[in-house]
Amino acid sequence: MPVQVLFGQLLLGLINGSFYALLSLGLAVIFGMLNVINFAHGAFYMVGAFLAWMALTYLGVNYWAALVLVPIVVAILGMIVERTMIARLAQLDHLYSLLLTFGLALMIQGVFRNFYGVSGLPYSIPGELAGGINLGFMFLPNYRAWVIVASIVVCTGTWLLIDKTRLGAYLRAATENPVLVGAFGINVPRLITLTYGFGVGLAALAGVLAAPIYSVNPDMGADLIIIVFAVVVIGGMGSILGAIATGFGLGIIEGLTKTFYPQGSSVVIFVIMAIVLLVKPAGLFGKVA
Amino acid sequence: MSAPADDRTEASTTPVATSDGRHHAVVFVALLALLCIAPFVLYPVFLMSVLCFALFASALNLLLGYNGLLSFGHAAFFGTASYVAAYAAKDWNLTPELAILLGTTAAAVLGTAIGALSIRRQGIYFAMVTLAFAQMVYFVALQAPFTGGENGIQAVPRGRLFGLVGLDNDLTLYFVVLAIVGCSLLLIYRIIHSPFGQVLKAIRDNEARAVSMGYKTNRYKLAVFVMSATLAGLAGATKALVFQLASLTDAHWSMSGEVVLMTLLGGMGTVFGPLVGAATVVTMQNYFAGFGAWVTVIQGAIFVVAVLLFREGIVGVLSRWIRKPL
Repeated sequence: MPVQVLFGQLLLGLINGSFYALLSLGLAVIFGMLNVINFAHGAFYMVGAFLAWMALTYLGVNYWAALVLVPIVVAILGMIVERTMIARLAQLDHLYSLLLTFGLALMIQGVFRNFYGVSGLPYSIPGELAGGINLGFMFLPNYRAWVIVASIVVCTGTWLLIDKTRLGAYLRAATENPVLVGAFGINVPRLITLTYGFGVGLAALAGVLAAPIYSVNPDMGADLIIIVFAVVVIGGMGSILGAIATGFGLGIIEGLTKTFYPQGSSVVIFVIMAIVLLVKPAGLFGKVA
Repeated sequence: MSAPADDRTEASTTPVATSDGRHHAVVFVALLALLCIAPFVLYPVFLMSVLCFALFASALNLLLGYNGLLSFGHAAFFGTASYVAAYAAKDWNLTPELAILLGTTAAAVLGTAIGALSIRRQGIYFAMVTLAFAQMVYFVALQAPFTGGENGIQAVPRGRLFGLVGLDNDLTLYFVVLAIVGCSLLLIYRIIHSPFGQVLKAIRDNEARAVSMGYKTNRYKLAVFVMSATLAGLAGATKALVFQLASLTDAHWSMSGEVVLMTLLGGMGTVFGPLVGAATVVTMQNYFAGFGAWVTVIQGAIFVVAVLLFREGIVGVLSRWIRKPL
């Protein structure tokens, strides 16, 4: 086994892990506040990538501007969805909101598939990040290094926001007891809407980061989100740091599997999920089953 | 599920509680009569497709509507049975009844494994776990040497039933499919209205209470999961012979979504809902086939509308009007 191959797969694993972490983090934040599993998360990730591509192609908006603007646009879209639809199901069984977001995901993917087909559109790496560094044992493309760093920074930032700031404290309190927090004069429904917007904004950010690596296509989110669901089941949604660690960890394990047993790489995460369900059904960082 | 299921409970208990099920018998007989005439009016392959999906949706409904467990991975059982039956009929030259039996058994075994793992998580996690396992089955179907990859298993021979009756005639096959689906639906009806079925409903409405009354709810959940998976497999195996094809579509997550849509649209927790839902969705797919990806958009829209405005489903609403459970 050449060392280059091993490190190449590890890098790929870290890249995948970056996306698993960003997406499962968003799912966990939304789940904590709304008790909703956002099936449309993958669709919003895909929309993020597409908006970046459209902004560049039609409006000439470059990568760096898209990185800031696209998550904001998607967050606003998400907040509209939450206000007009998801909020109306808050009092019902949570399965209904799962079905609703599944329907939304089908619609969003179908619309993009109609207009752009399934072949995928190229998005070139921004000039500042082209090229790479030769580390001696492997070649590290700059863009890939940037994705990993950006993901770690955003994940850490989110964790700090939720665990260390006043706003985060409100959020955590509202997760525990929304009625009491409301009685203290905090607008809980608005907090919920903002949380949903923030969560899908994270998904869109992941989409923009992914655009230059994977080809931009309508199904990119659907395939990814199922794996992210498995990541979430493995990690449990009890802790933010847990979601981040699980995401990166599983990405690396997947990369290693690709090196040593390529046939198993597409199922390794599901096998781990089965083992975790047997040994610790609540998930590695979960609190209750 | 943790919270008592609010409106679904209401839908299943509002009508007369002391119903003796006589009107069910009337509907069953009327349906059977209708389905015996139908193939002389409509295209038999289309009708067989409706029948297979009606059984598939009814199998899911047994789990979702009567036990409150949302499986988002039922395509795993449908697809596995479809592949196994197709392989058995084509490569081993087995007779159709044996091929179907083998496919169904494969689904039952898979259902036992996935069910035992999945019921360790509740509610929303259950849906994610079943979806993830189904995706694993999909990847296996994509890569395994005997599934034909992207092409699937094509030109599956329909063979001769018990080695005697040739099934190449659509009309002959139709009545065989009608017999399979009809008997299965009666079996599901029997399960729902048995003491076992009552316990399932108790678990759906309030699991903690069912536990406190001494029921080992996990055993019940596993049992109904395996039954549901087996019947979904029977539908898939039968479908493989009807279309003479087993393909990746059968095992894809969108198939799992479709069958949930059929159940939701027809009416979760109603006897006839999944039949109506399956007929509606299959008809719609046939009718809109020329619109390409818009079919997905329409299906998504129906999901959204059904969840927001129409949670009882078509049969649920009908049942409220005539004040009898359907």
